[in-house]
Amino acid sequence: MDTPPSFGHAFSALLPAGQDRRQASTAGPILNEIALSRRRFITASLATSVLFALQGCGADAAPATVTRTFFSADEQRFIEAATARLIPGDSADPGALEAGVPHFIDLQLSGPFGRADRWYRQGPWSQGTEQQGYQLEETPAELYRKAIAAIDAYCREQYQGKSYAELPEAQQDQILHDLEDGKLTVKDVPVKAFFTLLLQNTQEGFLADPMYGGNRDFAGWNLIGFPGPRYNYVKEVRQYGQPYSLPTVGLQGRRDTGART
Amino acid sequence: MATRMKPVDVVLVGFGWTASIIAQELTEEGLQVLALERGADRATVPDFATTHIQDELKYAVRGGLFQAPVRETMSFRNTSDQVALPMRRLGSFRPGAGVGGAGVHWNGQTWRFLPDDFVMRSHVEERYGAGFVPEDVTIQDWGVTYDELEPYYDRFEYLCGVSGKAGNLGGRTQAEGNPFEGARSREYPLPPLERSAGSLMFDKAARELGYHPFAAPAANASRPYKNPLGVQMGQCTYCGFCEWFGCGNYSKASPQTTILPVLLKKDNFSYRTGCDVTQVVLDNTGRKAKGVLYYDLEGREYEQPAQLVILCAYAQHNVHLLLLSGIGQPYDPVSDTGVTGRNYAYQITSSVDAFVDELINPYMGAGALGQAIDEFNGDNFDHGPEGFMGGGYIALWTTGGRPILQHRLPKGTPQWGSKWKKAMAENYLRSVSISTHGSVVSQRGAYLDLDPTYKDIYGKPLLRLTFDFHDNDLRMSDFLTGKAEGIAKAMKPRSINVKKRTGPYTIVPYQTTHNTGGAVMGDDPRTSVVNRYLQCWDVPNVFVVGACNFPQNHGYNPTGTVGALAFWAADAIRHQYLKRPGPLVQA
Repeated sequence: MDTPPSFGHAFSALLPAGQDRRQASTAGPILNEIALSRRRFITASLATSVLFALQGCGADAAPATVTRTFFSADEQRFIEAATARLIPGDSADPGALEAGVPHFIDLQLSGPFGRADRWYRQGPWSQGTEQQGYQLEETPAELYRKAIAAIDAYCREQYQGKSYAELPEAQQDQILHDLEDGKLTVKDVPVKAFFTLLLQNTQEGFLADPMYGGNRDFAGWNLIGFPGPRYNYVKEVRQYGQPYSLPTVGLQGRRDTGART
Repeated sequence: MATRMKPVDVVLVGFGWTASIIAQELTEEGLQVLALERGADRATVPDFATTHIQDELKYAVRGGLFQAPVRETMSFRNTSDQVALPMRRLGSFRPGAGVGGAGVHWNGQTWRFLPDDFVMRSHVEERYGAGFVPEDVTIQDWGVTYDELEPYYDRFEYLCGVSGKAGNLGGRTQAEGNPFEGARSREYPLPPLERSAGSLMFDKAARELGYHPFAAPAANASRPYKNPLGVQMGQCTYCGFCEWFGCGNYSKASPQTTILPVLLKKDNFSYRTGCDVTQVVLDNTGRKAKGVLYYDLEGREYEQPAQLVILCAYAQHNVHLLLLSGIGQPYDPVSDTGVTGRNYAYQITSSVDAFVDELINPYMGAGALGQAIDEFNGDNFDHGPEGFMGGGYIALWTTGGRPILQHRLPKGTPQWGSKWKKAMAENYLRSVSISTHGSVVSQRGAYLDLDPTYKDIYGKPLLRLTFDFHDNDLRMSDFLTGKAEGIAKAMKPRSINVKKRTGPYTIVPYQTTHNTGGAVMGDDPRTSVVNRYLQCWDVPNVFVVGACNFPQNHGYNPTGTVGALAFWAADAIRHQYLKRPGPLVQA
């Protein structure tokens, strides 16, 4: 029923998740032609299934303790403090911290998103108008690194050597408001753009599938009432005004049972 | 030095909707057809399986199925006195890359343009007088009429298994359908999708106001369906992951779910992925194409000879190729001469969010599950007192409830903090959005040309987009938004949030991937790149197919019309061009 296999296709499936298949697929035009020997197809299929199996193992065995892949210890403290203000919470009503948002952002920044792998990054660089969009030379990872250092330095200078994370919550909130409104500026560091990105990534981490490290125990989805990426609502779509009854599920199943439905 | 490949009869640039349709048609004539696709190979299994495709972060937010600006982008400015800067990441629109093109990640909203739309200039001048069209507005007639295209709309809708209810069968108005649409030769292939809770609220409110709401046409199968090629589609499950995603259920029409299972079995068809076409190669007369040049992903260059070259890439990409190849005189907005890049247009959208008491369950949806009214589209109402041209539909779509991008918050909600969190908890399940989908006129100040500064990865100039909304369209959009607000209020919500579209146009927030023009069709070679059969006036063995052919943009999603044009052009090639290769229309 579906398209015949092609070598280019099988090859692209071998790439790590999240990598742009198009960039990395190096199969030449001849190999990409749909004509394909049976032997070659079987080889490619086997390789694919082995890789998928390995990915499954890795995800299931993910350790409970979190390893940093991008942030330094100081940066981690900043991110934990700031995201906890952007989406506050406690153990009964989880927010960004309880949902693992700092871990989500850490993983994003050490991956293709942090490196801006998909962005056009040729010069000349120029600020342009607001309508022309993001024109900063920094990748997301570079922007986080520069801005966190700059904001912590600002805090230490203003507040007797205290970093952002060491300030009382009300002061942390005020600094975020000032960044958002463009009232807090730092020479040569686009801290307002950083705030925009931080807010975006914090919400992503709260609401994306838990397999990316945030939305722990479906904290974000349970808050709003999203039951996860379920597949079939043929019957329920007509049950107007009725709450949906099945438990929340992610792309890797349910955390309590591992069940996939 | 480019490696010369074995010649073929027909080379198609791109392998999305238009290429798939044309390949299917031309291979029936026994021609050797080759499609060159810049992106990756993609198939329902394994690429769109529901175990991983329903991933909002990867596909909707990070754009896993879209064109990556690192390889191909354009520069942008609002007006020609500004310096254009590159679109460094996608925003306002999201073209696809890979087999199936944007036909993989669309919603499936499958409309026909109105009969008057195809003769927009002559119709407006006849009804309102020639002075009604501002001097800088360059709208024009299409060179093809609705009646001529009707059989081809029909073919596309039956190919896709569109779910809907006819409002006009052979001139007879049908209850529950859209009474404003052009005459159809037959009913839709499938009945409408189930209604969502939001659809029913919209329907009731619109009827109370005296409008004629109808189920929007959907290329999401409401029932199992076997199309005329014998390809089987499955019933839509309302999973709410259409737009930005591939369909794992064979329910949303795409090249993969409607054509490729047949096309890919043919011995006289082949395709190559990872092939970036950069130029149509002309012979020394400049009036005949010899083939195309392309690069593979390792930067090796190839020449693919062909008797017939058909550009089937995304709208602006087709125009970029024409400009890089020297086909058609580039448009000059100062003298208003030239054709290639002329009449770029877009669409203008707005919305009114309504926060309601009822439980909505927004995540149970489908890309084209919606209820719409057409009272204010095209010339369905008297524009005389309004003083603007064009219009659009107003609809309540239930495309899904993906948490990151599809949550709605009441006006005045803070962007973060405990109040944001509380508002998320209170409103996600109890809000709907009414959207307006408006036309955009073509105008002298909106065009595509080559950027003088920025280059792509091959060192070729980027395409440069110069565009802002015309005052006509901003006023039209305000009018539509006001009507949408009226319907929202009639739903008696707790509160509403009116999101007007204001100028200047910005490349940043997503609006719509309905870019049009730049290689428009028409009857006059001074104002069109291709004739009414989508054949280049200057190079008769080059055809250009897609939304780039639209002389201006009208008030509906474009894919239905793009599909109809592909069948229309394929028919002209099969039944006219192949018998007598050469110009199908004498200039």
